[in-house]
Amino acid sequence: MTSPRPALDLSLLPDGGVRWLDASGPNADVVISTRMRLARNVSGYAFTGRARDGERLRMLAQVRDALGAVPSLRGSLLVRLEELSTVDRQLLHERHVVSKELAGLDPQHPIRSGAAVFLGESVGLLVNEEDHLRLQALRSGFAVPQAFEAVHQLDHELGSQVPYAFHREFGFLTACPTNAGTGLRASVLIHLPGLVLTKEIGKVLSGLQQMGLTYRGLYGEGSEVVGNFFQLSNQTTLGRSEEELQDLLVRVVRHVIEREEEARRVLVRDAGYIIEDKLWRAYGTLRYARSLTFDEAMNYLSGVRLAVGLKLITGLTVYTLNKLLIFAQSAHLAHLEQRTLTESEANLVRAKYVRQALVSEGGGVE
Amino acid sequence: MICDTCQERDAVVHLTRIVDNAVTQLHLCEKCAAAKGVETTVAVAQHPLGDILQAVQQQASTTSEDAAACSFCGATARDFRATGRLGCPHCYDAMEKSLRELLRRLHGSSRHVGQRYDAPVTHVATPKPDSIHDLRDRLQRAVETELFELAAELRDRIKVIE
Repeated sequence: MTSPRPALDLSLLPDGGVRWLDASGPNADVVISTRMRLARNVSGYAFTGRARDGERLRMLAQVRDALGAVPSLRGSLLVRLEELSTVDRQLLHERHVVSKELAGLDPQHPIRSGAAVFLGESVGLLVNEEDHLRLQALRSGFAVPQAFEAVHQLDHELGSQVPYAFHREFGFLTACPTNAGTGLRASVLIHLPGLVLTKEIGKVLSGLQQMGLTYRGLYGEGSEVVGNFFQLSNQTTLGRSEEELQDLLVRVVRHVIEREEEARRVLVRDAGYIIEDKLWRAYGTLRYARSLTFDEAMNYLSGVRLAVGLKLITGLTVYTLNKLLIFAQSAHLAHLEQRTLTESEANLVRAKYVRQALVSEGGGVE
Repeated sequence: MICDTCQERDAVVHLTRIVDNAVTQLHLCEKCAAAKGVETTVAVAQHPLGDILQAVQQQASTTSEDAAACSFCGATARDFRATGRLGCPHCYDAMEKSLRELLRRLHGSSRHVGQRYDAPVTHVATPKPDSIHDLRDRLQRAVETELFELAAELRDRIKVIE
């Protein structure tokens, strides 16, 4: 048996990697977070998937050497993913700090040498993901301009130190042509229980697809929609400027928020006591259940979140609910317990964690 | 994941459908998917670009681009079809014609109108062009992919540096 690797010290992460959960941003009761991501590749190397170990490591070294002249990442923490245990990599993925592919959790893409992330105060830089570099900024609430400004500044600083692959006609070149051009994926994580309950969601989702946006689940590409949380982002990256792509997202999301608020009003007006009963039952389950699967927890949390939004439940903050979203996941529970958990053990620990959070953070008083 | 219909075989087709304003996810094996009239081929299941790629490549296959390998990384159009990912930035030049068509289908345009970029001319962080390590890695890859002309050229360049 190999000796266990040292566990990741989460206190080293700037803001624990979860400041985006603090519900301080605009429209935070509906929009959990805003993420801006730029895909970039360093010229002179094959793309990550085709590169050999040495190329990936040299590219990482080149980027690391350049960071002295990149103020956005001054004092950042470098995490080498290949040095971490699977559960720690899972933990970073659950915190939305690294993608599934970079964390080597995707069966198609085992962990790569040179897979790394630089975590700064307000931005992150993923190295050796599908593209050499993924620059990202994550903000609480609906904060498109703020998040873009942060990632744009990092891009400007880094691009004047490291030569990016850029094509006169096609723009920034990426391993997958779906990201070429601006390389910008502008997205929000949004909670739409009203539209789901009123069965309006299908119309809204197909409408936003016609507008050039796409939707995914909580964890981005390939993930299923759970707990009525949707990730909305631009479908195309080429042929529109960065400003146009941001405007599109802002315009459409603003409209979706209005539709969600409208749906909530309709629910209260037409089905007041049914909804109230349903949401209190969700709260009751979370408050007293002894075993909760992740999907169950997410679905009940969705109900409680709606109840807080409708002011049916008071004294419980959106921040507490956001934290539960992240901390009730398997790797976080394993980290909490300092041991690996079977699925049924995780369900017990999850129920206990949720109960304690609801008791200590108050709420539930009529 | 097991097929939703037969509950026996592995699901290879994952459909998100919108029926009566409700989102449903359907996971099907190839056989049940075919029975439901969902067309599948191995290429489609491999990556989301599958069907578009095939259509574009079929159009472009009459050109010489299909057989040509990228002179930098040795990737071919066939590699791209299989993985959905290009080998390196130079592949965009090597497969320019078919990629332009693909980009148009994917994005509605192949012309970047966003931020322009000029790479730093010379800087401490800029690598020495063609470092011996990079050339050796490229040589290794050329040999593995049986691109012997490229391999010979790289070997000569390594000799000069050594």
